Amino acid sequence: MDRRPRSFYVLSAVFVLFVLFLYGPILTIGILSFQGPQGGLTFPMNGVSLHWFRDLFQEQAVGDIWGAFRRSLVLGLLVMVTTVVVSVMAGLAFRKRFAGSGLLFYAAITSLVIPSILISLGVGLIFNQLGLKIHWATSGFGSQLTWTLPFGLLIMFAVFNRFDKSYEEAARDQGATAWQTLRHVVLPIIAPSLIGVALFGFTLSYDEFARTLLTAGSYNTLPLEIFGMTTNVTTPVIYALGTLTTAFSFVIIAVFLVSVWVIGRRRARHGSDAGKAA
Amino acid sequence: MAAHFLKNRHMLGWVQATPLTLVLLAFLIAPIVMIVIVSFWGATEFSIYPAFQFDNYEFLFSSPVTYRVFGNTLKYALITWALTLVIGFTVAYYLAFHIRSQTMQIALFLLCTIPFWTSNIIRMISWIPFLGRNGIANQTLISWGVIDEPLEWLLYSDFSVILAFVHLYTLFMVVPIFNTMMRIDRSLLEAARDNGANGLQTLMHVIIPLTKPGIMIGTIFVVTLVMGDFITVRFMSGSQRANVGRLISNDIGLLQYPSAAATAVVLLGTVLIVIAILLRFVNIRKEL
Repeated sequence: MDRRPRSFYVLSAVFVLFVLFLYGPILTIGILSFQGPQGGLTFPMNGVSLHWFRDLFQEQAVGDIWGAFRRSLVLGLLVMVTTVVVSVMAGLAFRKRFAGSGLLFYAAITSLVIPSILISLGVGLIFNQLGLKIHWATSGFGSQLTWTLPFGLLIMFAVFNRFDKSYEEAARDQGATAWQTLRHVVLPIIAPSLIGVALFGFTLSYDEFARTLLTAGSYNTLPLEIFGMTTNVTTPVIYALGTLTTAFSFVIIAVFLVSVWVIGRRRARHGSDAGKAA
Repeated sequence: MAAHFLKNRHMLGWVQATPLTLVLLAFLIAPIVMIVIVSFWGATEFSIYPAFQFDNYEFLFSSPVTYRVFGNTLKYALITWALTLVIGFTVAYYLAFHIRSQTMQIALFLLCTIPFWTSNIIRMISWIPFLGRNGIANQTLISWGVIDEPLEWLLYSDFSVILAFVHLYTLFMVVPIFNTMMRIDRSLLEAARDNGANGLQTLMHVIIPLTKPGIMIGTIFVVTLVMGDFITVRFMSGSQRANVGRLISNDIGLLQYPSAAATAVVLLGTVLIVIAILLRFVNIRKEL
């Protein structure tokens, strides 16, 4: 191994600063959420306590955050499952280069880059004019899909661009039907990527704000509830909530990443070459 | 009959793409069409009524506020783009070319992307203890003797808005640029070195040109996210700064949907023009 150039040390320092920039603020509110009961929104710490976390469990102090959390959780799971299924189907479809696929692709890209407030406004208007009730599980659910599906689709493109078609040909040569090939060859190979799609589906939905704003109806999701709190809550209880929901996100991310890693390990141990398309 | 029908590549393709198509039709295309229609409607103080009039657009284009706010939006987009590009490129370059162990590379890459999967609102809130009048930044600067009085422009200013944008969106640059860099054939770098290029020359004449597709994809993300934003500007400027998104959301708050829709149509047009220009430089599907 040759000697590291000087630029390596400079860039390492830059990278460390970048990571501090990314995580510094969230660590700070993590610390500040343990403020004493008299403590304010900034340092210095006025004692250390769990006071603000206890506050979270008293409805009159913070409104219906647990209801909001439950709704966000259910919605996140709904969006996650739908995103995985729809993205995989669409990913398979795009491999066939069917007529009109270019148009659909551009629609998906538009869905990704369109200013979120347009989705919020447009879906809200349609539901109003049709006399439908706006609800997080209907209008909110559909609006969030416009954000998660393009990510799912892009991941599927990345997966199928690296997919070795000879596995499928081998299966077909041995007499597998199209469905058997999909079920026993293609899906197992792409399974770890599907966990990635699921991670995007759940977390993007769980944290979604702009597209849910006008489409959630009278029952708020958690990000909407938190945003409502920012205008009228001036105590560290909002930090406690931020810390808790971020910790929850970290746990979810860890679960997904660990399961990808475990699947990889298990495959290596069983000597299967599934998934090693490259 | 059905089996024969599904043997056709195009037919099977459309069947598999049906769920995606339906979602996009119902929640993307229809809302856009609806917004375009409503942008010609009229509004009273409490309700909106169908019409075909250009009043909303006339008002929009005759108001000096519109131009100022669009200018401000482009300013945010441009500054944020430049900063995220420099930071994102540097980070991606470091990860791709200076980290030698693949495990380490994946670990550090994940470290950079994890915040993407957490809440933007919380990430904005978490700047308050830093930037506030009695926040960490002011306290530190005062204790160092750099300033005597707290700086007022740290929070609720253009500065805090752009800081938050950079904080939220730099990883949209890091990920695509890193992805493109990882696909650069390392022997090209060796060839450059063998021919006597120094590090900077290799960077300028080999790495940057080959990284352009990643830069373009990152640019599309950052520019559209900033241009379409309304919440970061509202929150980080304490409602003291405006961009197009806020203009729309204010109209929505006042139930002036037709006016909001007209602004939204112009915003969408602007964003799509920017994208169309950027897409001329890159084929997204090939770059994934």
